[in-house]
Amino acid sequence: MTDATQHSVEIKNLDLSFGAVQVLKNLELNIHEGEFLVLLGSSGCGKSTLLNCIAGLLDVTGGQIWIKGKNVTWAEPSDRGIGMVFQSYALYPQMTVEGNMSFGLKNAKIPKDEIRQRVDRAAEVLQIEPLLKRKPSALSGGQRQRVAIGRALVRDVDVFLFDEPLSNLDAKLRADLRVELKQLHHRLENTMIYVTHDQVEAMTLADRIAIMKDGLIQQLAAPDEIYSRPANLYVADFIGSPSMNLIKGQVADGRFTTDGLSVPLGGYEFSREAKGEAWFGIRPEHIVLGDAAASADTSLTITAEVVDPLGSDTLVLTTLAGTRFWIRLDGQTKIKAGDSLTIGINAADASLFDTGDEERL
Amino acid sequence: MADAAAKPIGIFRNMTAKIAAIPMILTAMVVFLGGTIWTITYSFTSSKLLPKTKFVGLDQYERLWGTHRWIVSIENLFFYGLCSLVFSLVIGFVLAALMDQKIRFENTFRTIILYPFALSFIVTGLIWQWLLNPEFGIQSVMRSIGWESFNFDPLYNADIVIYGVLIAGLWQGTGLIMVLMLAGLRGIDQEIWKASRVDGIPAWKTYLFIVIPMMRPVFITTLVIIASGIVRVYDLVVAQTSGGPGVASEVPAKYVYDYMFQGQNLGQGFAASTMMLLAVAVVLIPWAYLEFGSKNRG
Amino acid sequence: MADATHFEGAHGPKPRRTFSRRNIFLYGTLIMVALYYLLPLYVMLMTSLKGMPEIRVGNIFAPPVEITFEPWVKAWAEACTGLNCDGLSRGFWNSVRITVPSVIVSIAIASVNGYALANWRFKGADVFFTILIFGAFIPYQVMLYPIVILLREMGLYGTLWGLVLVHSVFGMPILTLLFRNYFTSLPEELFKAARVDGAGFWGIYFRIMLPMSLPIFVVAMILQVTGIWNDFLFGVVYTKPEYYPMTVQLNNIVNSVQGVKEYNVNMAATILTGLVPLTIYFVSGRLFVRGIAAGAVKG
Repeated sequence: MTDATQHSVEIKNLDLSFGAVQVLKNLELNIHEGEFLVLLGSSGCGKSTLLNCIAGLLDVTGGQIWIKGKNVTWAEPSDRGIGMVFQSYALYPQMTVEGNMSFGLKNAKIPKDEIRQRVDRAAEVLQIEPLLKRKPSALSGGQRQRVAIGRALVRDVDVFLFDEPLSNLDAKLRADLRVELKQLHHRLENTMIYVTHDQVEAMTLADRIAIMKDGLIQQLAAPDEIYSRPANLYVADFIGSPSMNLIKGQVADGRFTTDGLSVPLGGYEFSREAKGEAWFGIRPEHIVLGDAAASADTSLTITAEVVDPLGSDTLVLTTLAGTRFWIRLDGQTKIKAGDSLTIGINAADASLFDTGDEERL
Repeated sequence: MADAAAKPIGIFRNMTAKIAAIPMILTAMVVFLGGTIWTITYSFTSSKLLPKTKFVGLDQYERLWGTHRWIVSIENLFFYGLCSLVFSLVIGFVLAALMDQKIRFENTFRTIILYPFALSFIVTGLIWQWLLNPEFGIQSVMRSIGWESFNFDPLYNADIVIYGVLIAGLWQGTGLIMVLMLAGLRGIDQEIWKASRVDGIPAWKTYLFIVIPMMRPVFITTLVIIASGIVRVYDLVVAQTSGGPGVASEVPAKYVYDYMFQGQNLGQGFAASTMMLLAVAVVLIPWAYLEFGSKNRG
Repeated sequence: MADATHFEGAHGPKPRRTFSRRNIFLYGTLIMVALYYLLPLYVMLMTSLKGMPEIRVGNIFAPPVEITFEPWVKAWAEACTGLNCDGLSRGFWNSVRITVPSVIVSIAIASVNGYALANWRFKGADVFFTILIFGAFIPYQVMLYPIVILLREMGLYGTLWGLVLVHSVFGMPILTLLFRNYFTSLPEELFKAARVDGAGFWGIYFRIMLPMSLPIFVVAMILQVTGIWNDFLFGVVYTKPEYYPMTVQLNNIVNSVQGVKEYNVNMAATILTGLVPLTIYFVSGRLFVRGIAAGAVKG
C-alpha cells in the first residue's frame, strides 16, 4: 500500500483518554519524510502523550497510527521502526556506553560485526568515541544525552522521537546541543518528531511546528508562518518574547478602531469576513520608528513609561487603548522614561482575531 | 535561655540537650557497651549458677565446641540462615515484581502477604506446629485424599525438622522483604522501562540485567536486615518444636537461654552468646566497611 | 465522529483479552500465594470452633460441622499455666500492663533523643548514637545476664516495671533513629526562628516539634506496640510467672501440657494472642508499612 506521496508518519483520528479524561481528541497529523516536526505547548497540552502514542508506549483509545506506510496501531514499540530519546536520558546505569548502545541489538540477535559497525558509526557521528568504555555516571549531562541519541541511532530506523531531551540541561549546554541536533538532522535526514515547551528550540529546529493546547493542534505550519500569521489568539500569545500586543476594538469600514488608535486595514490579508469586535495584534518588534513611522499605515505619539535596556534591544512599555503596549527598539537608542516617541503601525504586519472564536480573521 | 550576652563555654553549652540525652548515653555505654564487654569477659570464667571471677581461659569455649548440641545448633543456624536468606530474597523479589505490574487489588494482596509479619513468632510457631502435626495436619490430609505414602513429618523427623521451621519462618518474614523490594522497584525511573521497551528488551531481561543491578543498595540493606534477624531466631523454635525432636532443631539462641537460666551454667551461656556476637560481627563489619568506607573514598 | 470514519485495518486500543496468558499467570500466581498465606489462619479458626471429637475424626481443612465457642471461653478463662487456672486473660492484662507503659516511656525517651540529635548537635553525640545503632545489631543474648544483675541491684528484677525498663532500653536505637531522621527532615528555619524568639530546649520540643510530628508518633507507636506485645524472650527472662505476658503464657499452655492436648483450645488461645497486633495491622494499613520500612531500613 505504498505510493509516491506517502508520509513518514500518519496519525488518523487519534483519541486518547485516561479513564474519563480525554487528553487527545480526534487528532490528525501527517508528517513528511525527513521532516523535523516539533510538538510545542505548555504542560498538560498532550504533546508528550501524543509522542508516547506514536512510540507505542501508550495504548490509544481510538484512531490509527501509520509509520512508513505500515499500520502500527497495535505494534510493540520495538517493531515500529522508531528510536526514542528521553528527558532523563534513561541510560542503563550499570552498563558502559558501548553496552547501552548494543544491548538492544544483542537482544535482537544481530551479528556481532554488524553491532560493532553500527556502534562505531553512531559514535563517530556523535563524537563520543572516547567515551565508549565509560559508565553513565562518569559522563556529563551533554555527553549522556549524546549517548542516548546514539542508542536510538544504532537501531537503524527511520523515525526518531525526542521527548524534551534538552530540558534537563543548563542554558548554555542547551544552546550548544540544539545546534548539534540541527546539524545531526541535516546529516542524517531522518524524520524527527520533537516535543518541547521551549519556543526557542521549536523555532530554531523545526521544519514545521504543531502548537498544541488541550489535546488539539492549534496550528501546524512552518516557524515563520506561525510567527507572522498565527492562526489564533493562543498561538499569537504563545510565540514571541515579549508576546504580541493585543488590543480590543471594532472592525468597520475597512478600519480597526479603538480608544486612541485607528488603523486602516487596506494592507491586511483577510482570510475571512470580519464582523464587529476584534482583537488587533502587533508584535513589539514590528512597530516602526522614525521615517518609517511617518509613512506607515498609521502613526501616533506615545509616552514611554518604563524602559528596559537589555543590551541588544531596548524594550519600552507604554499604555495604548488602556492596555500595556510593548515596543522593541534597537539597543543603541537613547531613550528614558517620560520621553515621547513617534511610532508607526502597518496593517500588513498585524494579526486580527475574532473576539468570539479567537480565530484569525 | 538563648542568652547572647554570656554564652557558656565548653561542657556547659547545650546543657539541657545533654541532660536530656543522658538516657541514651547511659544506655549506650552501660547496657550495650558495658553489658557486652561484661559477658565476653565472664565467658572466660567458670561461672555456674552465679558469676564467679575464676578465670579459666578458653575452657568454656572448648567445652562449647565439644558439645554435640552446640554443633547441631550451629549447623541448624547456618542451614536455616542460608536458606532463609536465599529464599526470602528470591520469593520476596518475585512477589514484588508481580505486584509491580499495575495489578488490581494490589492493596488486598499486599495486606494478605504481609499480615503474618504482625504476629508474634510464638503464634507463628504454634500455627505451623498444628499444621505439620502428623496425625491431623497436612500429612494426614494428603493421605486421606489418596496420596497414601505422603511423608512430611518435620516435627518428629530429625532430618527434616529444620525445613518445618524454615517454612514457618518464610511464611512470616517474606512479606517484609516483598514490601522493601517493592519500594525499591518503585524507585526505578519509569523512563528506563520505556527505553527498554523501545529497545525491544523483554520484561524478564529488563528485570535481570537492568533493574536488579540498579537495586543493589536495596538488596544489600535487605540482606543485612535478614542476616541480623536470623542469628536471633529463638521464639519460633521454642514454640514450634521446642528444639526437638531431641536436639535436632536446636539453635544458638536457645542454647544460650537453656544453659544460662535452666542449666545453671552461666559460663557456657556467656561463651555461646559471645559466639553469636562473633557471627553477627562477621556479617556486619564487611557491610559497615562497604557502606561507610566507600563513602569516604567518594 | 469516529464511528463515521472508515478505518483500514487495526484501529483503536489493542485488543486485550482479560484472560490473556500473562494475566492468567499473574493473577493465578498471586491468588495461589494469597491462599497459601491465608490457609493457616483459616485452619486455626476452623479448629478453634470445633469440638475435640470432631477434630480427632475430621480433616483440618473442613469447616466445623457443629460450631462451638467453648474452646474460646476455656482459653480465655480456664486454661491452666502452672498453678493458676484463670486462662489467658491473666496474660492479656499482663501484656497490657507491660505494653502501655513501655510504649509511652520508650517513645518519650527516643523522641527527645532524636530531637536532641537532630537539632542540638553537641560534641560526642554522634559517637554515642553510633554505639546505640551498633547496639541494635548485637544479639540480645549477649546482654541478657548483665541486665539481670542491673535489675536485681535496682530491685526491679521480676517486676513489671523492670520489663518496661528493658523494653525502653532496647527500643531506643531504632526509635531514636526514626525520630532523628524525621526531625532532620523538618525545615531548620522553624527551629532557628523559635530560638531567635528565645525558646529553649523543652519549649521548642513541646510547642513546635511535637505538634508537627503526629504521623511519626503514630508510626512509632505501631512499631512499638507490635514489637512489645509480640515479645517473648524478655518476657520469659525478666518476669515471674504471675507477670508473664500473653506470649509466654500461650507457649506454656500449648507446649507444656501433659496428657490430652486440647487442640481447639490451643488454637483459640493462639488466635487470641495474635488478635491485638493483627487488629492494629488491619486498621493502620499504610502506616504499618511505613513503620516497618522505617524501622527496617537502618542508617
